[in-house]
Amino acid sequence: MRDTKRTEKIAFALLLAATIVVVTPVLIIFVLILFRGLPAITSEFIFAMPREGMRAGGIFPAIVGTIYLTFGTALCSIPLGILAAVYLNEYAQKNWLTRVIELAIINLAGVPSIVYGLFGLSLFVAFLGFGSSLIAGSLTLAIMTLPVIITSTREALSAVPKSFREVSFSLGASRWQTVRYVVLPNAIPGILTGTILGMSRAAGETAPILFTVAAFYLPRLPQSMYDQAMVLPYHIYVLSTQVPNVSVKIQYGTVLVLVLMVFVLNIVASYIRAKFRKKKTW
Amino acid sequence: MKRPFEFIIEKLVLISGLASIIFVVLIFVFLLKEGLSLFGQENLWGFLFGQNWYPISDPPQFGILPLILGSFLVTLGAIIIAVPLGLASAIYVAEVAPSGIRDVLKTGIELLAAIPSIVLGFIGIVTLAPFLKNVFHLSSGLTALAGSIMLAFMAMPTIVSIIEDSIVSVPKSYKEGSLALGATRWQTIYRVILPAASSGILAAIMLGIGRVVGETMAVLMITGNAAVMPTSFLQPVRTLTATVAAEMGEAVAGSGHYYALFAIGIVLFVISFAINLLADWFLHRGKKKRKKR
Amino acid sequence: MVAKITVDKLTVNFDGLAAVKDLSLTVEENEILGVIGPANSGKTSFLKTLNRLNDLYPNSRTTGRVLLDHDDIFCRKEIQELRRRVGIVFAMPLPLPLSIFDNIAYGPRLHGVKNKARLTEIVEKSLMAAAIWDEVKNRLETSAFKLSGGQQQRLCIARTLAVEPEVILYDEPCSGLDPISTLKVEEAMRRLRQNYTQILVTNNVKQAARVSSRTAFFLMGEMVEIDETSRLFTTPKDKRTEDYITGRFG
Repeated sequence: MRDTKRTEKIAFALLLAATIVVVTPVLIIFVLILFRGLPAITSEFIFAMPREGMRAGGIFPAIVGTIYLTFGTALCSIPLGILAAVYLNEYAQKNWLTRVIELAIINLAGVPSIVYGLFGLSLFVAFLGFGSSLIAGSLTLAIMTLPVIITSTREALSAVPKSFREVSFSLGASRWQTVRYVVLPNAIPGILTGTILGMSRAAGETAPILFTVAAFYLPRLPQSMYDQAMVLPYHIYVLSTQVPNVSVKIQYGTVLVLVLMVFVLNIVASYIRAKFRKKKTW
Repeated sequence: MKRPFEFIIEKLVLISGLASIIFVVLIFVFLLKEGLSLFGQENLWGFLFGQNWYPISDPPQFGILPLILGSFLVTLGAIIIAVPLGLASAIYVAEVAPSGIRDVLKTGIELLAAIPSIVLGFIGIVTLAPFLKNVFHLSSGLTALAGSIMLAFMAMPTIVSIIEDSIVSVPKSYKEGSLALGATRWQTIYRVILPAASSGILAAIMLGIGRVVGETMAVLMITGNAAVMPTSFLQPVRTLTATVAAEMGEAVAGSGHYYALFAIGIVLFVISFAINLLADWFLHRGKKKRKKR
Repeated sequence: MVAKITVDKLTVNFDGLAAVKDLSLTVEENEILGVIGPANSGKTSFLKTLNRLNDLYPNSRTTGRVLLDHDDIFCRKEIQELRRRVGIVFAMPLPLPLSIFDNIAYGPRLHGVKNKARLTEIVEKSLMAAAIWDEVKNRLETSAFKLSGGQQQRLCIARTLAVEPEVILYDEPCSGLDPISTLKVEEAMRRLRQNYTQILVTNNVKQAARVSSRTAFFLMGEMVEIDETSRLFTTPKDKRTEDYITGRFG
């Protein structure tokens, strides 16, 4: 009896140790980025063009490029993803077609990000002739984030009680009217949370945009959606591996800006989720 | 009589539903369209098992065996590190940790998932690589081992959250039954809960592997990028993904090199396809087993 | 008497198990038909056939004929119009997460009423008909969830009335309510008799006796007996009916 108790104590201690090994690096990474990155953050750094082969000046075009690209992605993937989830949750029967769609979503979620880059290059950049451009990058990222949006929207839709639908149908509503007036309004907080998280992922992606939109050095803002753009994740890659003698301060500063953008999106998402949980009446 | 608006919206919803299938097919078709052109100048055997990747020498050689082995080595290392740690943390979070601490740990793991891979790659270059260099007295810390460690952490959120889900969804009655028979919590965990959650654990490992094999930027930055046959963890290697990312920028459209990189894309697509189907099969098997009981 | 609904050899299956077997009956215009019977006797499945809500369950299969004013309801393509004409009040009060006003206006809006004044008029009329107007007239904009259970159920009746149905189905409408709320709901039903045909499914035998003009007794998917309420409760023809209404089983 004593022995089994002691075994348990040792086992739990080992589990705790493993968990600490997993979680502490996260903390260290954040502290590192915050403290090394903060000194770089000045209004010039945020709002100026890069100078001297990116060794000085700011990262304004990369910030703007990331924002444009994320918006473009959202514009393409959110409506499509929500409608796809509506189809799966509200219209589809449980049959082989639905199963095939589900498997397709799982596979889209698992395709390596660099393969999306290749796909975007051959379809959007070359075949459709968009060239390396914001639109090609947005479309590529949109397809990549689609599974995230579909899955989270579906969860939000199925959290709406069945009885609401039954009431709506019983009053003579068509399927779309039921979706439009009862299901979607009550699922919106969940959908928002999921889509914002999807966008935060898109904002941080590098591999899919390498050959579809990212410009190595372009000290001006993109002029149209057929224009190339600098983007933060690729800029970090360039600063840390492609350009010699970039000061650590600028590197960390750029990393901090990207991490902040991604985390602001994450925090907004969890805020909506928390607020909604409190307000939920059913 | 249906209103025309309703009709249009229904078709639109259906098409959106089918979009995922269309995209999977499109991806495959466009990879094939470019990638298969390689096999006019290189045979499949020579491509998959050739030991030399010299894409821009004259004549070029497109053997991706060193890249496959590089991916394999880095993945193997990452899984050896990630699975025990991930399993242990998942158990701790799901069964042992008090609820307050549990939330903190879960948030920490979610944060890890939210960090873009380029950021982890950068952190790896500035912290992990010098560290390994000093510990093992290497000329450079950018090695397969560095890649494995980094990727282990990147796969951690996937592994932990799926294992945790499958542990939590083990019926309470199993646990209570075991505890009622006088088993300790630890005995209950490894004799009852883990076997019941085994399908989920396997699926988590598969999806973790999928995440690691497909990861690009961090490995590109941190594994040292030497396209040679790997022999040790303390040596620079180059993975399939990193090769595409590093070389596509310079490859001339329509050249053998360009096609070869797309052919690598096909290999990656097929690997991820297989891994994901397998993981899904494990997950479904787990659900079915539970329903039967 | 005019037949409003004629049911002819109706059978409803769920996953191959019959919930309603070979049912034939007529419902007359402006009557309240009570349907009593123990749990799983097929009352609710019968009810949900009449406005084809069973269609929402993919595992259901229906055979036989149901005529609404001589039209076969299964032949109609436009289910929405059928559901507008045949409204239903569910067992639990099920307000939508909207204001009181918007709950009532939900149906009319679906059917194309956009004019605000017209909507206000419909809402007021419906709430009055459901005997709840005085209790809510000053707070039409508050959430329907703020109402008590009994008020919510009368709100649901009002919501059904707002689309101007011809038939109202009640699926054990008072099962979640206290006795006083129950009386108020019953009062509302009695008042609606002049204008509507009503079918009341209930597991409360006394309620059927109080409210309905005729009563049918269902058992295990079959209709055992249907008669004037007074006659069914005083001189039932079938032994099983007698056993049930005197409380010997069920």
